[in-house]
Amino acid sequence: MLTFTIRRLILAVPTLLFISLVIYSLLEFAPGDPMANMPLTIPDEVKQQMREALGVGQPIWISFPKWLYQFFIVEPLVLIDGIFGSTFSEGQQRIISWQTRSPVMDIVAERLPQTLWVVGTAYVVAILIALPIGIYSAYRQYSVFDQAGTFVAMVGYSVPPFFSGVLVIVIFSVNLGWLPSIYDTTLEVVDWETFKLQLKQMIMPVMVLALQITSQISRFMRASMLDNLKQDYVRTARAKGMSEWTVVMVHVLRNSMIPVVTVIALGIPSIFGGAIITEQVFKVNGIGQLLITAIQANDLPTVQTLTFVFAILIVLFNLLADVLYGILDPRIRYD
Amino acid sequence: MKMKSALLGAAAAVAFAPVMAQAAGHEGPRGRDGNVSIIYWQAPSILNPFLSGGTKDVESASMIIEPLARYDQGGNLTPWLVEEIPSVDNGGVSADLTSITWKITPGLKWSDGSDFTSADVKFTYEYCTHPEGGCAQATKFEGVTSVDTPDDLTVVVNFGQPTPNPYGPFVGGESPIIQAAQFADCIGAAASTCTEQNFNPIGTGPFKVVEFKPNDVITMEANDMYRVEGKPAFATVTFKGGGDATAAGRAVMETGEFDYAWNLQLAPDVIAEMQEGGKGTPVAGFGPLVERLMLNNSNPDPALGDMRSVKQDPSGPSEHPFLGDPAVYKAMSMAIDRPLLVEIGYGQAGKVTCNWVPAPDAFNSTSLSCDTQDIDGANAMLDAAGYMDTDGDGVRETPDGVKMSILYQTSTNAVRQDFQALIKEWWSQIGIETELRNLSASVFFGGDAGSPDTFQKFYADVQMYANTFNGTDPQAYLGNGLCDKAPRPDSQWQGENISRVCIEGYDELHSQLSSTAGIEARAEIGKKLNDMMVENGGLIPLVHRGRLSAHANSLGGVALNVWDSELWNVADWYRIK
Amino acid sequence: MTDATNATIGEKMPEAPARGRWADVWRQFRAHRGAFWGMMFLVFITLFVTVGPLIWPHDPTALDIRSKDMRPFYVGLFAGEDSNVKWSWEHPLGTDNLGRDLMAKLMLGGQVSLAVGWVAMLLALFLGALIGVSAGFFKSLDGPLMRMTDLFLALPLLPLLLVMMLLFREPLRATFGSETGTFILIVVVIGITSWMQTARVVRGDVLALKEREFILAARSIGTPSSKIISRHLLPNVMSAIMVSATLGLANAIITESAISFLGLGFPPDFPTWGKLLSDATSRLQRFPERVIWPGVAISFTVLAVNYMGDGLRDALDPRIRGR
Repeated sequence: MLTFTIRRLILAVPTLLFISLVIYSLLEFAPGDPMANMPLTIPDEVKQQMREALGVGQPIWISFPKWLYQFFIVEPLVLIDGIFGSTFSEGQQRIISWQTRSPVMDIVAERLPQTLWVVGTAYVVAILIALPIGIYSAYRQYSVFDQAGTFVAMVGYSVPPFFSGVLVIVIFSVNLGWLPSIYDTTLEVVDWETFKLQLKQMIMPVMVLALQITSQISRFMRASMLDNLKQDYVRTARAKGMSEWTVVMVHVLRNSMIPVVTVIALGIPSIFGGAIITEQVFKVNGIGQLLITAIQANDLPTVQTLTFVFAILIVLFNLLADVLYGILDPRIRYD
Repeated sequence: MKMKSALLGAAAAVAFAPVMAQAAGHEGPRGRDGNVSIIYWQAPSILNPFLSGGTKDVESASMIIEPLARYDQGGNLTPWLVEEIPSVDNGGVSADLTSITWKITPGLKWSDGSDFTSADVKFTYEYCTHPEGGCAQATKFEGVTSVDTPDDLTVVVNFGQPTPNPYGPFVGGESPIIQAAQFADCIGAAASTCTEQNFNPIGTGPFKVVEFKPNDVITMEANDMYRVEGKPAFATVTFKGGGDATAAGRAVMETGEFDYAWNLQLAPDVIAEMQEGGKGTPVAGFGPLVERLMLNNSNPDPALGDMRSVKQDPSGPSEHPFLGDPAVYKAMSMAIDRPLLVEIGYGQAGKVTCNWVPAPDAFNSTSLSCDTQDIDGANAMLDAAGYMDTDGDGVRETPDGVKMSILYQTSTNAVRQDFQALIKEWWSQIGIETELRNLSASVFFGGDAGSPDTFQKFYADVQMYANTFNGTDPQAYLGNGLCDKAPRPDSQWQGENISRVCIEGYDELHSQLSSTAGIEARAEIGKKLNDMMVENGGLIPLVHRGRLSAHANSLGGVALNVWDSELWNVADWYRIK
Repeated sequence: MTDATNATIGEKMPEAPARGRWADVWRQFRAHRGAFWGMMFLVFITLFVTVGPLIWPHDPTALDIRSKDMRPFYVGLFAGEDSNVKWSWEHPLGTDNLGRDLMAKLMLGGQVSLAVGWVAMLLALFLGALIGVSAGFFKSLDGPLMRMTDLFLALPLLPLLLVMMLLFREPLRATFGSETGTFILIVVVIGITSWMQTARVVRGDVLALKEREFILAARSIGTPSSKIISRHLLPNVMSAIMVSATLGLANAIITESAISFLGLGFPPDFPTWGKLLSDATSRLQRFPERVIWPGVAISFTVLAVNYMGDGLRDALDPRIRGR
């Protein structure tokens, strides 16, 4: 397993380089213009000068290696400088956003806390709710609990957040006035009061996001449990006189985790990626909102950098899932 | 200075009597009213308007950095950092119209405590006109040959030729003064390395930046060095960005979380419903913004390949199979029920207009009328011109047998899609078939020469959007009708003459405008140009659009200004107790 | 694979041979209450969107400004005679702000949403299952296929859509006409951007399954790979595929509305369920019916497919069948 992991990690480097090239060409090729959001009162000649000042429209064989160099050499150096107070990166050009003319990585660092708070909490909450629901639904298939769970999960999944988000805002902010409709990113949790405020402003986005994630994970959990509950080894285990708890929670559950692990591993990069629509609806202004505004403004350096960071996470977490498969089911061999 | 601000206050009192009625009770020390929160559904990305022309960036920065003179809510020039508005009469503008002399108010301080001098003004000019800087407001300095500073408080702007309207440089929210000391190392190509300066500009305005989170939130506090005693009333500002107009309106008018929401482009029934929340009030103001249908004067047939939407003869008449015929575009205009469009789409933030330049009043032509729908008249006009439905499918054909079927595109926006549906319906009643298309605004308004869907390429017969001009003089805007400004492949599809119209005598009349001084004479020519453009099928004006913003009922002193930054008088805002 | 695909649609079942395995499957399926009602609902909604517009007198795109903003009949009845609620039996579900009939919009919108949803979902499922099974079963394909999956997962959706629009919109319009061309484009776009999860999940299952005794046994008696896959692997990954199918259907219907927003989809006056839902969100408080009905239509369709999937899986499972 260790050699497999190392081999995959080494292989990940060319894969990621290839992915970054594909993303870069895609973005270069996609129609769009960083000047699209400028008012029409600014004449075209001026817009052209602004594009030139930004370096828009450089050929890809110049701009892509430059981006690679900045991403893999300059930005890590800046990080090292930040930690140790050294000056390796001095005078080096960092990846600069076209919208804000400031280093992309600084904005990412600024955005990460609120995204992790909201999306991360939603994920944890969702997993904690989804697993028991999925297990119990399968164990008592077609019971009232199962039916209700199915109903809520399917309705929850088919109602998109652009609607459910607004709905909870109308109920809890407008009509009841209990919760704020706009997330305050300047709030710092220092004491009990601010912690309560933070909780209050997190409830709605977390609720909306968790509903979607719970629906998805609980469905996969239930289906996989159902498959395994019918297997011969379950009958054998029960016949041996094992307690029901051990049979279900140890043997069946462990064998049913593979699809669930897959889905969760696919979801974790999206925690860092933020939840684009939910962040927009509640004005959380995290990474998801950064990505969507950058796409709308055709801010290529930001889009490219963010997408590539997600790509790294996707590759890593899929690798992690593969390793977990081997632990969950030791018969799985990769070499 | 005291005298001046008192006079200004009196002028404002006349314009806003109801608001100012409570004014007596809200005088007091600076920062007495705590926090004010503003929400813009487009988040500011940078606080340097020279590097980004976006309205959100210009307006958020206007609370911090200021120009020498501003337009007030009536569109009148108002001295801001200067003693008075220079004119030919008071000798501030030279008789030959080639220079203008500004006298800076003595004693002005930057928020860091240093003196505001003419050197800063001159530096701003150098900063924006540097060839490698890519300054978004470069047009403000068009025609300027030099800026002289005879002394610390005098700025002389010299123009290369007589300039009837010399109030471009250093006037209005797009042209504020930045501090020379702060930006000295940021000139030219270095502009984008100055993150700290671009995010925390030192200014003369009522507030200064505490923390700027790009595309998210700005925290500001009152500027201790601000020139007016007792202002601003608020000690801190939270300037939140992001989301959408509905959410912003809701936060002000329904939940009361915010005090001011900018530019609520929402259907009037949605606004009315929010207003029932009882926590805030919408306010509307009218600039020269016009929602219009642009008519394609070239042929957008895909079969033409590279010459699609390009005129064979750039200075010739319309080459569209039928849109160039006055009978057709006049009938199309007559079939539109403009009062209904206003009612459905804009409510109190819209007016019927038949003009390309509906404001300022002096430039608003009265010779055209279009406020009643006339389907029968339109049908008769098309019949008379020989456009008949020969094959009985309900769609007319031109005398040459071309089916009158048009592609009508616009950007994605709820109100625009309603307009599309309505206009499609009306045109179907006069036998014109319409196919609708909506495009993402970031593609439609982007100038990407590689995309087929930009408004400049105009691969459609008709397209709808809104346009306006800055300040109160439409000369540059009227220049959008000049023959040689039509977008073409060899100009990378750049150019402002979107409808590719070329009208006999228009170019000459426009050049006459650029050398004419005196508001009456200019307005006369402006109106003529406006009428020529509309009468000759350059566009079909639909709605004169206002800017609609909302403020909390407890926020006093708001005077919506469409000629300058909306936040122009944020120093005068206060909390109604 | 084709077996599985047909089975998912559920339409071919009654035509299968009257006796033997398929008859058993059908009997089992019918006995499953949820599956039966799910199928009934799908039949109903399909008739509603296909036959409905032929009977219903209103055109979904016809504007009637005088009868705009009508409320549904139940609001009118509940409010009583002398209230000033504007409603009429002419428009039982009310009208929108331009006077278009909501019932007619739901019917036409359903046609597109269901067609896009089903086709895009089946396409994604087919790709996902194919890639998942191939990667899981054939070791040599695992690496390349999974790296390709990583690549697709990493691609940003919006720019990808814009590029596809740039490349394919005009050729497709020219070849298939405006509506069919748009349909193909949307279905393909949704299909090729949503197969990755299915592929990863199926592969995970296959990796574990292929080490089980029965597969080893099948292999040791010389069963060819194709037989092992179709006889032994596919039936056992069916439940994961079914879950992906129901989630995929909901996803496809909603994604369509997002694509239309970009200008890649159907013309703006052409209703779909997703678009009805997103357009009406700003008037949620005053006209809740405009979001509720399309919302109900989407949710119930997804729910019905889910129950049918449950029933089908039980019916296809030899261990349960005949019990």
